[in-house]
Amino acid sequence: MTEQLTIGFLPLVDACLPILAHEHGFAEDEGLALTFQRDVSWATVLDRLLYGHSDAAHLIAPLAIATTLGRGRPAQPLAAPFVLGLNGNAITLTPELAARVAEPGRLSDPTKLGAALAEEARARKAAGKRLHLGVVHRYSSHSYMLRYWLAASGIRPDEDVEIVTVAPPFVADAMETGEIDGACVGEPWNSAAVDRGVGVIVLATAQIWRRGVEKVLAFRAPVLEARRPAAEALIRALRKAGAHFVDPANWEANAAILARPEYVGADPKLVLGAISDRLVLVRGAEPVNYPDFMFQHREAANFPWVSQAEWLYTQLVRWDHLAYSAADAEAAARVFRPDVYRSALAGTGDMLPGASSKVEGSLARPTAVTAQQGAMVLANNSFFDGRSFDPDDVEGYIASFA
Amino acid sequence: MRIAIVDESASRATIIEEGLAQIPDCQIFVLTERRGLLARIEEIAPDIVLIDLGNPSRDVLEEYFAVSRVLARPIAMFVDESDDDAIAASIDAGVSAYVVDGLAAHRIRPLLDLAVRRFNAFARLQTDLAEAKGKLAERDAIDRAKRILMKSKGVTEPDAYAELRRKAMSSNRRIAEIAEAVVTAHDLLGPAGEGAG
Repeated sequence: MTEQLTIGFLPLVDACLPILAHEHGFAEDEGLALTFQRDVSWATVLDRLLYGHSDAAHLIAPLAIATTLGRGRPAQPLAAPFVLGLNGNAITLTPELAARVAEPGRLSDPTKLGAALAEEARARKAAGKRLHLGVVHRYSSHSYMLRYWLAASGIRPDEDVEIVTVAPPFVADAMETGEIDGACVGEPWNSAAVDRGVGVIVLATAQIWRRGVEKVLAFRAPVLEARRPAAEALIRALRKAGAHFVDPANWEANAAILARPEYVGADPKLVLGAISDRLVLVRGAEPVNYPDFMFQHREAANFPWVSQAEWLYTQLVRWDHLAYSAADAEAAARVFRPDVYRSALAGTGDMLPGASSKVEGSLARPTAVTAQQGAMVLANNSFFDGRSFDPDDVEGYIASFA
Repeated sequence: MRIAIVDESASRATIIEEGLAQIPDCQIFVLTERRGLLARIEEIAPDIVLIDLGNPSRDVLEEYFAVSRVLARPIAMFVDESDDDAIAASIDAGVSAYVVDGLAAHRIRPLLDLAVRRFNAFARLQTDLAEAKGKLAERDAIDRAKRILMKSKGVTEPDAYAELRRKAMSSNRRIAEIAEAVVTAHDLLGPAGEGAG
């Protein structure tokens, strides 16, 4: 019997796995019929999930944590049994600013770029015209990655620079009108700004945290329990879609599918750039290859590490200026559901790590780790500033930022 | 009470505005432009903001409500849990409401109900319009099919129609579908230009 699941998403390239699971029949093979609900704001994607218009949603991971903790609205527990991908975002600056702080045409060194931007930010602040940087949502990985990098570069977000919310499709407009001086956004919206000549890509978020958690597949926690077999079937279909997605032989065809108006609604050429890790950084230039710009499949990229949820909690506390709470940390950790991921893939031969939590940012080179199933090697997952996050000391990590 | 309606569809905003105008002591402001939205909201200082779910400015607006120190009275999403049905109805209708802190639920509820009714009315209007357009297209196809049959078989108009109807009944389809098939077949197989008028 076929089971129906409606999936909410925002038009971004990293909504790729559910879309491809549907388009290539991987969902159907698992007995699922997927329908999609496309929206243009995270607030609406979330509303539809909470009020049952969708069964699951493509969601920025920090928003799943914030919703569970009741930030901005009454708490509603969400559950994320699958990470839709790591990274895939970039920092784009206006051509004028990029010319002052970066080498347009090359991805910058994050430390050097941070130092140059800090100088610029101080000058602009002194002149009474603080730099404005756009992110897609207060509770987004974009916001946390940008803030992490700025703060580690000696730039205080909200004080030295202004961080404002801009809907992804309007980032290029906002750069053109001077509303913002730069933005951290997902694809294809950096490339769209480059294509119009109003932006220059200077950094990939993968340069800030080599294996940073990005979107998750989110359910309402009670819905995940009620529809557990369907959710597990979906996880298997998404893994197959991931294998298809990372195979270079399929890039062009997948870019054409994702670019369609009912999905991302963008130029297939720009979508292809993102999924092949080849980005045009400045209008008219040749694409630059940055491996693992998007990271959707290898190294069990979709495994919901509890330590990732906990890292997101540390950043929520940090930027919402909250006090550490053991109960909140626990609730945030429970949003990620490795148990469901394991149960879905047990016996399939797919790779399953032995642990459900790890020290984030601790690996500087490929390292074999114990696996429950399959052989597993994790590559460099470091933060650009060399720090690491030990989930055994959430409170100490938060205190270290004070 | 000051109400801001944020909607990029000017015709829908007008329909909502008309509905809310029935409520006494209400000042209504319609904002259809994305540019300068936050500055306008700041100027208006609304007690209630209604915004359609399809509006790309929702995240921008929520962020503004969350952090703005300019607002003397903080605005939050209307999520009084006792009124969860009302919120579910508004989400179903496609509208979300943000309400200034301290505004009593009994003042918000009738307003939200009205907005929901108006949103639903607008959706019905659009469905009706789409249906009417569909019906016109169907009638056009039937007329063309009749002319094709009259010309190729030399029958009268009532006979041509009777033939379409007979075929529809025997194949358990609608007359419009049969007519579409006749027109398509004719366009593909028939001499160029014939029956196209």
